[in-house]
Formats: sequence, C-alpha cells, structure tokens
Amino acid sequence: MAVASRRTSAIDPAVLRAPEIYPGSHIPDPIPTILLVEPRLRESEDILQVNFGPNHPSTHGVLRLVVDLNGETVVGLRAIIGYLHTGFEKNMEQKTWWKAITYPERIDYVAFQNNELVFVLAIEQLLDMEIPPKAAWMRTLLCELNRIHSHLIWLATSALELGAIALFWYGFRERERILDLFELVGGTRMHTRYFQTGGLAEDIPPGFFPECRAFTERMPSSIDEYETLLTRNEIWLQRTVGIGKLSAQDAVAMGQSGPVLRASGVDWDLRRDEPYLTYGDIDFDVPVYTGGDVYHRYRVHMDEMRQSVRIVDQCLDRLEGMEGEPWITDDRRVVLPPRDELHTSMESLIHHFKIVTEGYRVPEGEIYATVESPRGELGCYVVSDGGPKPWRVKFRTPSFVALEATATCMTDALVADFIAIVGSLDTVMGEADR
Amino acid sequence: MPGFDDVPGLLEVKEGHGETTAVVETTRLPEAGFYLRDELGFNFLSDLTVTDYLGWGEKGVAGYWGHPSGRDLNHPGSWGLSRVPDPKPKRFSVSYHLLAIRRGAPRLRVQAWVDDGEPVPSVVEVWPTADWHEREQYDLMGIVFDGHPNLVRIIMDDDWEGHPLRKDYPIGGEPVRFSGEE
Repeated sequence: MAVASRRTSAIDPAVLRAPEIYPGSHIPDPIPTILLVEPRLRESEDILQVNFGPNHPSTHGVLRLVVDLNGETVVGLRAIIGYLHTGFEKNMEQKTWWKAITYPERIDYVAFQNNELVFVLAIEQLLDMEIPPKAAWMRTLLCELNRIHSHLIWLATSALELGAIALFWYGFRERERILDLFELVGGTRMHTRYFQTGGLAEDIPPGFFPECRAFTERMPSSIDEYETLLTRNEIWLQRTVGIGKLSAQDAVAMGQSGPVLRASGVDWDLRRDEPYLTYGDIDFDVPVYTGGDVYHRYRVHMDEMRQSVRIVDQCLDRLEGMEGEPWITDDRRVVLPPRDELHTSMESLIHHFKIVTEGYRVPEGEIYATVESPRGELGCYVVSDGGPKPWRVKFRTPSFVALEATATCMTDALVADFIAIVGSLDTVMGEADR
Repeated sequence: MPGFDDVPGLLEVKEGHGETTAVVETTRLPEAGFYLRDELGFNFLSDLTVTDYLGWGEKGVAGYWGHPSGRDLNHPGSWGLSRVPDPKPKRFSVSYHLLAIRRGAPRLRVQAWVDDGEPVPSVVEVWPTADWHEREQYDLMGIVFDGHPNLVRIIMDDDWEGHPLRKDYPIGGEPVRFSGEE
C-alpha cells in the first residue's frame, strides 16, 4: 500500500494533517467506482449478490447498491443512481434567469439555501454585480443556519440507522426551530427563494433577530446533549471507529470535499480558502480530523455545527446595526422597481412588466461559481449567450461525487458497516441525480 | 499564472470574469492532465461539463432595456443586447474545472472542442473521480470518452434513446411507455 498509484498525486503538506495512506483504503482498479469480485474468489467461494435499495430507508433517497457478499464481508460493489433524475438542468434552460432560481433549491432539498446561493452567485458574477452588505451578511447567516439544518438531518437519520433513535427526535426538534426561522424570513419553511439576483427578495422581517438569537443561545447546549449521547457511547464507537476508511490521497483523487475530506485530514474549506459573501470578515475555525473513518466524519459534523452557531452570532451582531439599509442593489437592469413606484410611474410599471415577462439579460460568458455547501464543494457552471435564459447550467454536486467513493471505502467492510458508511458520506439523492 | 506555456497541446489561454481558461487539443487531454496535476498541482477535478452549442447565436436579440433612471430611449438595445455572441469553433465544448488544493486555491478551466461523433480521450487515469462525470456527460450529451473503463449510462435507463441535454432533444418529448391506446 505504500506506493502511490499513477492515479493519485501528492498533496501539499501545508493543507495535510494526516498520513496520506491508511491500510484498507484504495481506489479499485480498473474501474475506480466499482469494486469487482476477484476471479479467484468468484470461483472458490459462495458469493451472494444482494440488492440494497433502491427502496431502503437508509439510502437517504433512492440509491441502489449491488453488493457481492462473501459471508458477511463485502467483496464487490456497484452503486446505481438515477432514480430521482428530474432533468433540472434541461428545465432551467427553458426558464428565464429569474424563474430558474427556484430550481436549484429543489436539487438538494436539505441544503436549499446553499444551492440557491450558488446559482445566484453565478448570475451575479456574470453581471459583475455587487450586492449591498446587508444582503451579503443575511445570506451568510441563512446559509449557516441551513448548514446546521442539514447537519442535524444528517445526524438524526444516520444515528437512527445505527440504532440511536433518541437522536432522531432531538435532531428534528432543533430542525423545527430552524425551519421556523426560515418561515419567518421567507414565508415558507423550505425552498424559501429568498435570495434574489442583487440581494434579497424582501427586507429582514421585524422580530427575526431576537428569535434567531434565542436559537443560537440554545443551540450549543443542544449540541452538547447530542455529544453526550454519542461521542463516548461504547456502541456508537464500536459501530463507527475505523469503519469506512478513506485516506487523504484517495479522497482528493476521488474528488471528495466537505466533511468527508476534512475527516480524512485535509485542511480544506472553501469558506476560508476561497472566501465568498462575508466569510472573509468572520472569525471561525475549520475542524479537521485525521482518522478518515465514520467516527471522524461524525466529529467534523458536530464541530461544524458549533462553528456555524459562532458564524450566525457574528452575522447577527453586524445585521442588528444595519436597520434601514438596502437589502437589494438598485441596479434596475435586473431588480424590480419598488412596489410603490408602480402606482405613480408608468415607466416603472412597464419596466416591472418587462422584467417579469421577458426576464433580464445576462451578458455572454461562462462562469463556474462555487460555495461550500454542507456536503462539500457545490459548483455551478453557467453559460450565457446574452439572452434572457441560461444556455447551459450544470451543477457539480457533492453527493454525486461522494457516492463515487462508496467502492473505495467499502473494501472489506462488513455488511453491518455498510449502512454506517453510506450514511457517513452524507448524500442526498435528489442532488446526486438532479 | 505562470507555467501554462508548457502545457502539452495548449492552444490558447483566456481570462474572463476572474477565471482562467486553457484551451487544449482534444487528443492531448490526458497528457495535459498529467502535466497539470503533477507539475502544477491541480490535483482536484471539481467538475466535468459538456456544453452543446447547437444553434448558438441564431436567436435574434432585440428590445429596449432599462437603466436606473428608467427606460433609455436613445440607446435601444444598449448594454450589448443586439450583439450576436461570438461563434464557437465546434459544436461541443468539454470543460474540466480544476482546483489545486493548496493555499490560494487556484482554479483553472481546461477546455477542449469536439464535433458530434468525435471521441474525447478519457482522463480517468489522471483523476479517478472523472469516472462518473464522464459517464454522466456521455449519458446526457452523447460524447464518447475514449479509454473509459465502463462507459455506460448512469442517470437515464440503460435502454434510453437519445441524449436529453442536447439542444436538439425536445423538452417533454420523451416517449410514453404505456398508454391506454395500446
């Protein structure tokens, strides 16, 4: 295992916190995403082929894994996706830029704000548009609340699958409070479509700050509660420590990002390394663990929730002093005229009508915008021909890439560890299939 | 960024919207990939996208547009609206979005151009993560990646006809498998 294959390359030591190679992690050959049963095994042993999914509660959607078992050991694996394909990218080409914003949220229905953000950022980069500071801070705040929301769902469901049913109730209790905050801001609990090109769709409603403050005051003690239940729980440790190992080199070669990469010892977070919105002005730490196993992915998630609470608090500090500031840019090329102008100005009324019916035009060009979504690097490649509709939209979704690594980290796993490993990769099938 | 001059098969380096695009010869993609990965440190393939440019620029653009002060009657179609977009060399572009995992996070888009039916050499040997990305683009766009170990459909059914993300694939045009008339 000591020799790096032709498929992996060295990682810059400045970002590496772990040994690059662990025993038990290697990218399958010749197909990097399929674990093939060795011919020797296939001839001599009784290999049982089992279909896991597509309808199985612990696949977090509809994922099918075809597993070859030798006794209880996984010796072959093939992941089959596509059951939730709904053609988002094709559909977005048919909508104006304005209307297409509703689609990305539904791609990853757990981390909706982050998905919305990446598409809006791409449009704004093509338009070379600056957004007001209030909008940037509010977007940061909501994205971090969304990260806590996503991690809570991950924690609740993954722990449930390993038998820790209490976590499910606790996790969803806090999740409800976050959804209440989203409802207060955007009017709906999920898929708020609150981010608008140029800023936010509406001003921050009165009463949001105290509610949000109450949440951030409560949340750290809730995280302590979860950690009391799991972090040193003997059963949890036995189910997670040393399971599903992925080495740093393999993780980078397989394109892993987010908590999976950080649990493998790569100190990498786009919020810090490629700051967008207001992350450059915020003080937060990037948790990095070196085990590369399910347990350390869990630890990264827990620490990230704490950091997100810190970020939300800092956003609140700033936003509370921004009363009365604009929440959207006044660039009328893309922004609707204010409602009150429509009653007095014919020009504004026409302008409003034109933007809503025809859509605004985005200059010709291509852009690849990225954000650190709760699951990792979420990218959005957009091509514009200068017209009112996107020419091509492509999402680089972390779940799709995470599922590629199933074969790498399940070599020689036991069938019982299987669910722990799939859960720890934190995939959302809507995002993988798009 | 220095060092791009020596990339094998380099045709052109473009800058736009703060991004660098290196256009390379399609046939020398894996060679360029190994050079970029091992010499320049682009060890992370973020994304691989094929774009179909069929009908690019054929749609006329017209109309007035607004300014902060309202509609500008003196400059109809100002803000570059009536401009026909630049023609593209071939029908499909294949874009590889690379990232170097080190401080400063340099990114690079490597682009190659192909016509319908022309194969693209696979880069699975360079970045194993390209496996599913190439399968997805083959499935949705119909671009054949030469040397891919397992080039089968990944998103659509195995017996699906056509490649849905192509511009000549109609929206809502999928066949209905079971209808009451049969």
